[in-house]
Amino acid sequence: MEAAPKPFHARLVLGVATLFLSAFFLILPALSARAAVAIQEVKSDKGVTAWLVEDYTVPIVAVRFAFDGGSTQDPPGKEGLANLMTGLFDEGAGDLDSDAFQTSLDDAGAEMSFNETRDAVYGSMRMLAERKDKAFDLLRLAVQHPRFDKAPIDRIRAQIVAGIVSGERDPDTVAARKWAEAIYGGHPYSRSGQGTKESVASLTAEDLHALHKALFARGGLHVAVVGAIDAATLKRKLDEVFGDLPAEPALQAVPDAELKLGQRLEVNYDRPQTSLQLAWPGVPRDAPEFYAAALMNEILGGGTFTSRLFKEVRDKRGLAYSISSGLMNSEHSSSLVIGTATRSDRAAETLAVIRDVVKGMAGQGPTEEELAAAKAYTVGAYAINNLDSSASIASTLVELQIEGLGIDYMQRRAGYIDAVTLDEVKAVARKLLSVDPAVMVVGPPLPDGSKG
Amino acid sequence: MTMLAARLRSCFVVLVLVAGSVIPAAAEQKAGQADITDFTLANGMQVVVIPDRRAPIVTHMVWYKVGSADEPPGKSGIAHFFEHLMFKATKTYPEGAFDKAIAAIGGSNNAFTSYDYTAFYETVPPAALGEMMAFEADRMRNLILDDKTIVTERDVILEERRARVDNDPGSLLEEEVDATLWQNQPYRIPVIGWKQEIEKLDRADALTFYDHYYRPNNAILVVAGDVDAETVRALAEKSYGKLERGPDLPPRIRPVEPEQNSRRTVTLTDARVGEPSFSTQWVVPSYHTAKPGEAEALDLLSEILGGGPRSRLYQELVVRKKIATSAGASFQGNMLDDTNFAVYAEPRDGNSVADVEAAANAEVARIATGGVTEEELDRAKDRFIRSTVFARDRQDAMANMYGATLATGGTIEDITGWPDRIAKVTADQIKTAAARYLVPDRSVTGYLLPKTQVAN
Repeated sequence: MEAAPKPFHARLVLGVATLFLSAFFLILPALSARAAVAIQEVKSDKGVTAWLVEDYTVPIVAVRFAFDGGSTQDPPGKEGLANLMTGLFDEGAGDLDSDAFQTSLDDAGAEMSFNETRDAVYGSMRMLAERKDKAFDLLRLAVQHPRFDKAPIDRIRAQIVAGIVSGERDPDTVAARKWAEAIYGGHPYSRSGQGTKESVASLTAEDLHALHKALFARGGLHVAVVGAIDAATLKRKLDEVFGDLPAEPALQAVPDAELKLGQRLEVNYDRPQTSLQLAWPGVPRDAPEFYAAALMNEILGGGTFTSRLFKEVRDKRGLAYSISSGLMNSEHSSSLVIGTATRSDRAAETLAVIRDVVKGMAGQGPTEEELAAAKAYTVGAYAINNLDSSASIASTLVELQIEGLGIDYMQRRAGYIDAVTLDEVKAVARKLLSVDPAVMVVGPPLPDGSKG
Repeated sequence: MTMLAARLRSCFVVLVLVAGSVIPAAAEQKAGQADITDFTLANGMQVVVIPDRRAPIVTHMVWYKVGSADEPPGKSGIAHFFEHLMFKATKTYPEGAFDKAIAAIGGSNNAFTSYDYTAFYETVPPAALGEMMAFEADRMRNLILDDKTIVTERDVILEERRARVDNDPGSLLEEEVDATLWQNQPYRIPVIGWKQEIEKLDRADALTFYDHYYRPNNAILVVAGDVDAETVRALAEKSYGKLERGPDLPPRIRPVEPEQNSRRTVTLTDARVGEPSFSTQWVVPSYHTAKPGEAEALDLLSEILGGGPRSRLYQELVVRKKIATSAGASFQGNMLDDTNFAVYAEPRDGNSVADVEAAANAEVARIATGGVTEEELDRAKDRFIRSTVFARDRQDAMANMYGATLATGGTIEDITGWPDRIAKVTADQIKTAAARYLVPDRSVTGYLLPKTQVAN
């Protein structure tokens, strides 16, 4: 029986910022010392490696994998190519056309989905253990022999174009486009992963095959499997599905982005609620001060209802339903972003409160008590946020591989967090938040006095 | 399925999808599988325990059998507003103490309100279960509400309404369609409430609501995760068990629909809409109000007619005729009173809404007169049954399913027996359900149109 109809939540932790930026959210790593996930490294005869968590409690298998190179690999003028490709893997492969493939998938009792980010193409499958042979075989066809037939291309293209057309009328979508262009300038991250009407119209089967060939290689592959399957069986399946792919991908080099902060963007619409988004520099995942920045962000506006921004903007003043901050980490950029939506007639006041909270964090940093609470939260929340189902465990393991954190990272993580000192958090707060941010206002123009 | 939803950006369609059968996820608990335990405390509080020992995580939920459809006239939004107020100070703890305790162990928490229930939940390590129960039991009876808190939180709710409804033309239309589909039943009023009524909600309204409904004998405790039933029982006795039983609440008998005899249309034209779309809705019985087998037939009808890319609507309108970018159907079965069945589509490449609507109606009529094939039925059943296996992978989904079913008049046996009842549905029952309920002359169609286009 179904889930409930559209319930209304008390609080939305991730607000407007997620609408714009969810695709870029780093899965903030955190882990309970108690979360004993036994990860095995499985290497197939043809050299494909996967991380496996064997668990027979529920008779299902969850598979997650990623190939390096996402929408940044769309050739100029072909924006939206990776996005279109991810819509077509279950639309015909090998000898099976779209209809035959989907019928077989249904027979196999399996669900398959693909998506792309700026930096990678992801695939997921969940299957019933008793029908896994058939499911893995369909995955093999999809990964190695996608057909990219004309009829499904045109159908999925029409769906994407409909989405683009709708987005052109939607204030927050329009604003997100302008924001990306303003922040990233000429960098590939400024381009729309979805593409434009013109670029999507130009995409062909040849383009799709070329991108597939360039990206789908063993060298850029990361795989995780969770559920009712043993290592010996998985080894064979890995070779079947991935073993015959080319050794190395042919990726276009992507430079690191230099964010253009210190600017103000007004996207004016007459509406009762104004979206605000502010961006400061972030910290790369492999930087020494990463954990200090993550803890600072947690205190400022992170995933709990106890953050400074939540208290000041929502609890004390009732200015917004959602307000949060987040570290946005992609392969080639990092930023710290605050997002909220607030009544338009008090948008200037909300913006002033946010600036004030940020100024306080940059100037004085957090208290010892706040830091201790943030550490406890960040250590404890890992299992709950990242390991609560087979699919989420598989997803987490793929991210750990992409980030190069190591198979024993979960055992080491709490130590990194505990080692952060108050001085380190203060230093990183000063360094990041003293910079003049990029500010975007989506709504009626703000009064002149608030332009500061 | 997920792919389709991810690709479609039309607010209207996506909202309909969300409202519909996300997954017909009943849990199958045959002998030898996870043991569901249920019992009732002396004060009338129901308890359900769903063990899942794979990870050191436990989901603790308290469901109150009160939702927006139980609100007094003129007080729309009070159920949801009150849900927000439950996060404020109590006689025992200052505001924020509960949130802080949860954050200190890395837990997560929130709450939600729907037509028929309101629920509060925390996901935490098992060692914290007793502490969660102590906090949750405390706020069931000991909330302090001052006027300042009321006024500030009311502003938050109004902001929430702007974010969810006023900023989204699809949501605005949905409110109008609901108010048209339901001529008498309280589902005609939005869960979040009408703006002018929210603005007037005050401390007295909140206290009256609290005293009436927030009682152990109107609550269901659902605990899923790394814990056993005896531990839950002992902890619950020590916390919830100490609360005094409240006065017996009258049966939840609400106004029901009169006979409907008209086809109605609702049109919203908005500059923020990019592509036109429509949705047609009918009043149908829910699992709680249906005769035996009828809701199961409607569930399968919705799957065969419009449940994803293998469905008739998708195959005919999107794949074969190429006149729509998306098309589907939904049935919202877990409701206390009669519910709605919806069919929706979005035209492709300049096809008119009228043509696409006619094609969708033709598919509905084809089932109502010609029925479904045995193969279609078997495949739909297989999808439903396997969804019960996949559902067991998520303890929060399991907890939600039990809570929502029990709060809408169902029983644990209704859930455990669901796969068997689905297996028994015949093709003839599905044809009969379509013919009986999906009648064009008793429907409401909502049109969401760009500013430049008019409905035919």
